[in-house]
Amino acid sequence: MIRLAALLLLFTGISAAAEIDIEGPPPKSLSSWGLFQGGGASQVPSPGVIAYDINTQLFSDYAIKHRFVRLPEGKTSRYNAVDAFDFPIGTVLVKTFAYYHDFRSPDKGERLLETRLLVRKKAGWIGYPYVWNDAQNKAVLKVAGAALDGVSWIHGDGKKRSVRYLVPNMNQCKSCHATKGRGTMGPLGLTARNLNRMHADSRGKTMNQLKRWMAEGILENAPPLKEIPRLPVWNNSRTGSVAKRARAYLEVNCANCHNPKGPADTAGVDWTFTQTDPLKVGIGKSPVAAGRGSGGFSHDIKPGHPDESILIYRMQSTTPGEMMPELGRRLVHIEAVALLRDWIAGMKTP
Amino acid sequence: MKVLLAAIIFLPSAGFCAILPGANAHERIQEALILTEPGGTIELGEGTFELTLPLSLDTDNVTIRGRGMEKTILSFKGQESGGQGLLVTSSGVTLEDFAIIDAKGDALKAKGSVGLTIRRIRTSWSGGPKTENGAYGIYPVQCRDVLIENNVARYASDSGIYVGQSTNVVVRNNLAEGNVAGIEIENSRYVDVYDNIARGNTGGLLIFDLPDLPMRAGGQIRMYRNTIEDNDLPNFAPKGNIVALVPRGTGVLIMSGRNIESFENTISGHRTVNFIVTSFYLSGREIKDPHYYPFPEGIHVHHNKFGKGGWAPDGELGQQISTVGGVPLPDIIWDGAVNPAILVDGKIPPELKLSVHDNGKATFVNLDLLTVMKNPQAARIERDAAAYAAPHKALASATVSNSR
Repeated sequence: MIRLAALLLLFTGISAAAEIDIEGPPPKSLSSWGLFQGGGASQVPSPGVIAYDINTQLFSDYAIKHRFVRLPEGKTSRYNAVDAFDFPIGTVLVKTFAYYHDFRSPDKGERLLETRLLVRKKAGWIGYPYVWNDAQNKAVLKVAGAALDGVSWIHGDGKKRSVRYLVPNMNQCKSCHATKGRGTMGPLGLTARNLNRMHADSRGKTMNQLKRWMAEGILENAPPLKEIPRLPVWNNSRTGSVAKRARAYLEVNCANCHNPKGPADTAGVDWTFTQTDPLKVGIGKSPVAAGRGSGGFSHDIKPGHPDESILIYRMQSTTPGEMMPELGRRLVHIEAVALLRDWIAGMKTP
Repeated sequence: MKVLLAAIIFLPSAGFCAILPGANAHERIQEALILTEPGGTIELGEGTFELTLPLSLDTDNVTIRGRGMEKTILSFKGQESGGQGLLVTSSGVTLEDFAIIDAKGDALKAKGSVGLTIRRIRTSWSGGPKTENGAYGIYPVQCRDVLIENNVARYASDSGIYVGQSTNVVVRNNLAEGNVAGIEIENSRYVDVYDNIARGNTGGLLIFDLPDLPMRAGGQIRMYRNTIEDNDLPNFAPKGNIVALVPRGTGVLIMSGRNIESFENTISGHRTVNFIVTSFYLSGREIKDPHYYPFPEGIHVHHNKFGKGGWAPDGELGQQISTVGGVPLPDIIWDGAVNPAILVDGKIPPELKLSVHDNGKATFVNLDLLTVMKNPQAARIERDAAAYAAPHKALASATVSNSR
């Protein structure tokens, strides 16, 4: 009976995937990808679509995210100790952005905003943004992105919050995902250190996520678990010191652009987690092309002085041209600013 | 049917099908920018496009063409997101005949393009010079083979035209006015800057080589036949940026860099200084970059025409140099910093030495600033340029390929 169910699942998995020629133009409707059961509103994945989590995630105006990966039948990803894993042609990465109606009680449901796909074609990865309708029964491709009005929720503090939510366009996918320059578009969060964490499967069984991937045969070439690096969870003090968590946050939120080959290499800072040169991390470094983003301050990070550090100024700003990151954020990430302030305040002044 | 289909496909490329202003302007332009095939042309019609989101182009060999810099206007007055108005990340791109106004960050940024022509583009902020304006008007960075011609760049809070970390660049026939820096060439090589007008900025033409950047050792730069006058605007750059140090009334500033030739320029009307050549030390900033070279070398200043200058040195830097150089400050100022390691028998090798000759009645001073700061008695302040009259060989012109 179990075997029959598995066979049935396998069959539906294949049939769903077979509907799409991933090398061709993208379907207008998300449902054509066959990623979710039913209309997709429940975000329950189809067989063969695997939910995953990461340690530290990109801040997107407090949106919650549902992450999934679908590998082609019988294929595996290849381990990489530093960069994102190498996924086979035909892989589809899925990230749905949503808000709980009430962040104090997630069980009251959520509003889906967009589902972004990152698809591995023969020529490389490509991103497709799908935007959910108000009725929450259909998501359609929006090549040029979209602005969604009236997105509101009850925040964790019980207060109502709202944002005019911006869905990035297809070019903007590359702004973050081409981390090593033009033509290097690829996944961001699927690194060994960010995936190395406990994860509960659909039946509630908890185990290390990478161990499960290995057991399920979708990850190969990985070393023993104890040799795999782990990124701290930025807001969990049990996972690392303030400095380590601040650096984890900077890596995930900033290093996509600010690395030696990234779109913002022009600025000369590198917020990769492993960078050890203080100047490259921005400590005591003068700005280059910050313009009004400098906030009138002379250093990216001034040890002991968060209020005179351009990094904090730009994280606190919500004015385009000043604020960082340039895309994907409209609100201030108050809790992360507090962490980074702590980090800078605790640095020894030279 | 086939004929009709052919006609539909043919029309856009023939240019009859320009995108017009109106509702969903951003979506219509951005969709065209994404869906265009390499080799395509995107035509923008007359009128003002009200854009709340930034535009970006990432497809090679595309032309974006408007109907004129006063007729086709991309207005980012209501911009909600993005660090620039228009971002170009592809190669073989031509942008011509439109304006980008009121961008919240940079107006036009190109990153990593090989083969880029920016022609008859206007960048401006409609409130005039304000600290809140975006940093750069026209901003190619880490590009190669760039032609920037016949543009107008106004009111940027950093530089009107800013060439950063790029090679093989020609900047000609542009007008830069009302910016903090009119034209700025930073950490770039093989650059020709000629027949431009830089007026009414804080500083007219600035050439920098700065530390802590992926590309250093800027140089091989020629600037000639430019009109650089009356750059008398109070500095309105946000503090922290290097141009915030530039005093009101600076004509030409060369800070570090190697092999820079300036000739046949007209430089006049600068209350602080018409022409200054200086090491990075004048910035007062600490150098932490071990690979950075702070001394300007092989600088050649000849056959320029100088007018009034130096009568009221402005700001901290103006005060500092006029204390040593006197008022009015001479037309051509050198801070006098020399790397002791290059000296041969106590002398600067000829090819590295400053060369100043045939500049009419232009006055000169070597401030010997590093000595002044350490041991004023030992300073040798020179006012005669005769010791620097030996000319350098003319630099080769910058070549730009792939430009269309």
